[in-house]
Amino acid sequence: MKLIGCLLLLSGWFLVLAALVMLPAFAPRAAFIAAAIGVEVLGLILLMRAYTTMQRIAK
Amino acid sequence: MNPISSSASFALAICLISILLSPLAAAGLALIHQGLGRSRSAAHSMLASLCVLAIAAIAIVLIGASWAGYSGGAAHTFQLAGLQWNWLGNVASLATSSNLGVNPSSPSSPNSLVLCLHIFAAGLAAIIPLSAGTDRWRLAPICLATIVFAGFIYPLFAHWVWGGGWLSQLASSFGGKANIAPFLDMGGAGAIHVTGGLMALSVAWILGARRGKYTPDAMATAIPGHNIVLVLFGCLIALIGFAALESATSILFNGAAPDRIIGVIINAMLSASSGCLAAVATTQIRYRKPDASLSANGWIAGLVSGSAACASVSPLAAIFIAAIAGVLTTYLVEVFELRLLVDDPGGAISVHAASGFWGLIAAGIFAPTSANSLTSQVLGQLVGMATLLGFMLPLIHGCNLLLNRLVPYRVDRDGDWQGMDIRELGAGAYPEFVIHADEFVPR
Repeated sequence: MKLIGCLLLLSGWFLVLAALVMLPAFAPRAAFIAAAIGVEVLGLILLMRAYTTMQRIAK
Repeated sequence: MNPISSSASFALAICLISILLSPLAAAGLALIHQGLGRSRSAAHSMLASLCVLAIAAIAIVLIGASWAGYSGGAAHTFQLAGLQWNWLGNVASLATSSNLGVNPSSPSSPNSLVLCLHIFAAGLAAIIPLSAGTDRWRLAPICLATIVFAGFIYPLFAHWVWGGGWLSQLASSFGGKANIAPFLDMGGAGAIHVTGGLMALSVAWILGARRGKYTPDAMATAIPGHNIVLVLFGCLIALIGFAALESATSILFNGAAPDRIIGVIINAMLSASSGCLAAVATTQIRYRKPDASLSANGWIAGLVSGSAACASVSPLAAIFIAAIAGVLTTYLVEVFELRLLVDDPGGAISVHAASGFWGLIAAGIFAPTSANSLTSQVLGQLVGMATLLGFMLPLIHGCNLLLNRLVPYRVDRDGDWQGMDIRELGAGAYPEFVIHADEFVPR
């Protein structure tokens, strides 16, 4: 779960770079970047859940 | 005769004074961290802060400054999709130079002055994660993590934002200012605070909670800070340091005229005040009494959020941005502690990472200029924030996981309740009058 979370974070960043390179118009670029940040947030949530679960198990 | 003009000399003088005062930010944070920790780890906390500052200074001079570079300096670039990407500084190291002075032809951005500022900025960023590791992070791994952070991680992002890297060239590389504006981070909300806050998050995850912090059914126990007076005094010290650091970065990295520094100082004071008062009001409403430690967190959160656009927002906007940060911090500290089971005694994740993120997006909303529209500035800010979250967090966490394998971060089981002072230093901070109550730690 931790690895997937980290990979999702990185994927989101690569989507942002892709949007900058491939989409010159403002509207599609902004939409793509917003979606990429959504992917990053999912990755962060996954990472947080992984560590919260670890902490609970440790208790 | 020195060929520097009088106006440039004035800018240089302001810049030098600001840089000289900026270590007070680190001093303030060090006091806050140790005050919010337990008394049995107070000396360890302060020594760790000193070691972090010392190691960060050496690492940035030997390695980091070359990578951080400066605007217009040499850099590693590569071509991608027909575009030139500036990824890493490649300036000559000043480590062996015996002539560290100011370049008279360009007194506003001299190499040695940038190095001088990076020394203190990297130290401040590296001191932030100590808050999350209070009471259980050993000194040796702290030093090792600081070498990696100040030598490699901080300079990377600092170059992208302040050293002429790709985030500062978003407009020229990707369609002009009408489409996307350069990432704006005048006072280091991203380069210093968010990177430091993300490091704190990673360290807190790796270390786990202090013994006795959570009951077996995962209920949080209060472990109050041992000296709230030092915490509040640290807030006052930090104010001077933050205002000075923001002034120096505004002049050196953003080309702000010296007369704008008055605005930076006013905004810094208003940000701190607003963040603190918002936290006082929020805790008064929620708990019927103001909470001193959360109010101190609100003070720092206000400063952090206001630093992103410190020289380019109105005082009213600064008050608003910091007030949101103050309220946000009081809730987030609780969310991290109670729901996410992240034991961060000093609240660094909420104060530095979350408030830094809010400050960056607020800079996009409140600081657009005539050249950069609101939408293009917000888009530029989103790209910078996505880079912090999507690239810097995995990088920081990966480095910490690797270092934890090499040198275990966490003190052993006995050291946890014994305290870091006795365990690692052999003597306590308050040997004559403190009785260590063990009610929080079942033995």
